Order: sequence, then structure tokens, then C-alpha cells
Amino acid sequence: MKEMTLGTLLAVFEEMFGPVLFWALVAAAVAVTVAFIYVVIRDRAILSSRFLRAELLAPVGAVAAVAFVMMVTNSGLGDIGGPIDVITVIGIALAGAGGLTILVYTLAELLFPPKERDG
Amino acid sequence: MQTNRRQFLSLAAGAAALAAAAPAPTRAQPVPTNARIVIIGAGAAGASLANRLSDRLEGAQITIVDGRTEHWYQPGFTLIAAGLKSGDYSVTQTTDWLPRDVTLVADYAAEIDPEARRVTTVGGTALDYDFLIVANGLTLDWDAIEGFSLDMVGENGIGAHYAGPAHAEATWRAMDRFTDEGGQGLFLRPATEMKCAGAPLKYTFLTDDYARRKGTRGNMEITYAAHSKSLFGVPIVNEKVRMLFEDRGFTTVHDHVLRAIDPGAKTATFETPEGPTELPYDFINVIPPQRAPEVIRNSPLPWADRWVDQGWVEVDPQTLRHARYPEVFGVGDIAGVPKGKTAASVKWQVPVVEDHLVAQIAGREGTETYNGYTSCPLITRVGRAMLVEFDYNNNLTPSFPGMIAPLEELWISWLMKEVALKATYNAMLRGRA
Repeated sequence: MKEMTLGTLLAVFEEMFGPVLFWALVAAAVAVTVAFIYVVIRDRAILSSRFLRAELLAPVGAVAAVAFVMMVTNSGLGDIGGPIDVITVIGIALAGAGGLTILVYTLAELLFPPKERDG
Repeated sequence: MQTNRRQFLSLAAGAAALAAAAPAPTRAQPVPTNARIVIIGAGAAGASLANRLSDRLEGAQITIVDGRTEHWYQPGFTLIAAGLKSGDYSVTQTTDWLPRDVTLVADYAAEIDPEARRVTTVGGTALDYDFLIVANGLTLDWDAIEGFSLDMVGENGIGAHYAGPAHAEATWRAMDRFTDEGGQGLFLRPATEMKCAGAPLKYTFLTDDYARRKGTRGNMEITYAAHSKSLFGVPIVNEKVRMLFEDRGFTTVHDHVLRAIDPGAKTATFETPEGPTELPYDFINVIPPQRAPEVIRNSPLPWADRWVDQGWVEVDPQTLRHARYPEVFGVGDIAGVPKGKTAASVKWQVPVVEDHLVAQIAGREGTETYNGYTSCPLITRVGRAMLVEFDYNNNLTPSFPGMIAPLEELWISWLMKEVALKATYNAMLRGRA
């Protein structure tokens, strides 16, 4: 890449998903983040027992994220060819794991607010 | 703990706000002008320049001349011919990519008179210009291969994945059948300058990969007929490809240039230093010689002493400005430079032409230069590629040095080809990348 500016990256992502889907995805990610921050501030804590339960789904998120990327790119784990590939897979898995954990925790907190503060 | 968490949250929020507020790169004020700019060709280079010039200039009359209604994303042809994408993956409309204030003349240029500064179309429309951008790509000279015609593609083991999306799809049918049945697989490239010199190699690797996946590799022989003594123009890449060819068990013959095929006998005739040589095939991927379109070859624009059989436009390799007509630029496949008939080159060439043209209109000197950058995600199997990038001097110019090794078969390089390349290409067409 000759120049990798924020504008270039946004343009490429808009082309990748289509502008509507891309900005919808960004909006969804921002909404989940804001909701997460909201419940943490509301509860004045991350409720460890609930977070732990949400974390149980982290491996599902990790596997799903890697499987999704490999499915849309016609590739598989056997194509991992070097250290950067391993790092990329770990990065995708971490994103999937973290994303699903935060999503599940936030949804649970929004739908079933704690009766008393236990954090 | 709560305070710490709060601090963390406010820090995170602050960081997010900063990231969101990061200043967009400032765009220079449009330059006012009433210059008449004619762009021949609405492909990758022509469309990108139309968009960029329309942004950078205020009041310019920009006319783009192209009779082709479809725009083809050519880097997708290899994926189509590998059965990974359908033909429509590469097809959009020419008009999808052009800015509103640019006039499209839906016709082909028939005559260029750089003395009178006039382009005349096949339909007889005369377009006078102050600046001319020649971006009409190249012609695949199928007639140069005796015994071959495009309607044969897809049948009897004949492929021709350069010919277009439909022919790439037909090539996949022939390759799919060949990798079921086995036999002699014959791969080659022309002796002229060509689009993406990596594509003939990629297709050889992909055929091998399918045969291995189907368990039929043992039933076939794969021969690569190189036009010269090397497999790739960049020595360090050539050496790597040689090793991979050996690893995959390909037979390589050198100094073989395809002249004819006999579809009945399933043989191909090559010119070699020892005279004509026949090689058998059950599957062949025909790639013909490539030349400048006739309108360019019949004009005074080509080099007089280089590529005389091909007719590329005589431009300065650094600025892409014509050597004899300073108001003419050549960009993309048509440019007579030693490297760079790829979409990646176009991405690097277009800002250079934009800079010099806009600077000239503004009464300044342009400063950008093109160093011959070309990129080739050299697919070595479905799921892996080498992200090969190089310049005029055959130096490797990796975009991600220390992270993505250029001569390693990597999944991440494949990901880029599969996911990011078309999006980047489209963003480039819109003048945004």
C-alpha cells in the first residue's frame, strides 16, 4: 500500500460490504459497545459471575469467526503457511471470542438486570 | 476498583472519540480551468483518472471515449477460471464508475492526431483536446494463434482464461474435466509484453491443486512452456517459481512460443530456437500475444525503436508523459514502460498522471514519480498465495515488510486476493484509493 489513510480504509470497506451494510455493521458494533459501557456504568461493575458465564461462549465465537472467514475465502486450516497466518487466525479468533462474550454479557444485562448489586 | 474501572472507561471513551475525530486527509482546493481533457478508455486507469480529475479540477471539460458497455474486473478472471467465482463476479457497467460531470462518448477511438490535438471516433465524432490521456489497454491477438478461435474455448480441452468472464468460466469447465480425467496439461505465455505475467503461472498451480484434491494428479503430466529462459521476469521471483515448479513436479521447457494448435490432433506447435516443435495436450490454456490497439499502432504515439511489433505508447517511465507530445499521457496497459500491466500498477500510475496534469494546468511542475511498482498475488494453490511486489529495478517492494514475506506461500496473501483486492480496485475506480 502506498498510502493507508483512514479515508482509503473506509472506502475499501465500503466497497467490500456495500456502503449500507458496512455502516450498519459499524452502527451495530458501536451500539453494542455503548450498551456494554452503559450496563457497566449502571451496575458500577462488571458482574464477574455473569461475565464468566458469558465467557463460556467465547470458544464458540472464536471458532465461528475463523470458520466464517475460511468459508467465505474458500480456504481451510490446512492453508496456514507461516507465522503471520497463525497470528491472523489468533486475531480473528480473539475478535470472535471477545465480540461474542461482550454481546452475550450485554444482552443478558439488558434483558435481565441484576436485582441487587453483586459485583 | 470502581475508580480504576471508571478511569479505564473514560480513557477508552476518550480514545474512541479521538479515533473518530481523526482528521480526514485534506484535499487540495480544486484548480479552476476550462481545459478540454479527453480520456481514451474507461477501464481501470481511465475511470480512476476521470474520477480524480473531476475532483481536482473545476470547470474542465472531461470526455471519456469507450465503446464497451461492460467494465471487467480482470484480476477476477483467474478465480472465475478456477471455479471459485461465477462470471458475473467480474462484470459491472462502464457507467457505474464514471462521475456525473464527465461526458461519456460510447464509441471507440478510430484516429488520433496529436499534431492537431484531435481524436476521431469510429462513428465520426471529432474531439479536440488540450490534454489527452491514452488508457485504452491492450488487444489480445487471438488471430496470431493458428487453428484457434474463441468459440472453441471450454470444449476439447481448450481454455483461454484471459479472453473475458464468459471464456474464463468456459475455461473452468475444460479444466474441471481435465482434472477429472488426466492426460497432458499444457501451459504457456506469449513472448510479448503482457497483462499480469503471474497469471499463466497461477493457472498452472491451480490446475495442479485441483488434480491433487481430486486424487488424479498421478494420471497427468503438467508442462509449462516458457517463452524465454526464465519463468518470471524478476530473477528472485523466477528462482522461487522454479523451485515451486520442481516441488509440484511440473516439466518446464524454455524458449517455446505458441504459434498454432491443432484441436483435432490435440497438439500445439511452438516456435523454438531449433525450429517448430509440437507438444501434445489434453488441456491447454491459450494466452495470445498482446499488442496496443490498432488506433494506437496507426498513430504517431508508439515507440519507434522499442516493441515495434507491439506498439506501446512512448512515455517517460517516471512521469508517464509522452516523450514527444507533452500534453499526452499514457497510463495502464498501453503505457510503453518495462513493467506494470496490472491493476496494481494502475493504482500507482494514476496519481502520478493526475499530479503532473493538474500541476501543469495550475502552472506548476508535477513532483510524483512512478517507480514501476507492480503487484502480483501469485496463487500457488486454492488457499495460498505469494504477495509478490516489485519495481522497474527488479527489487522486491513489500507493502508489509517484516510481516508478510513476499516469497512465502501464505494464507494471508490469499485472503487479500479473495477479500480485499476487488474492494480496493473498486475504491480505486472511484478515485478513493
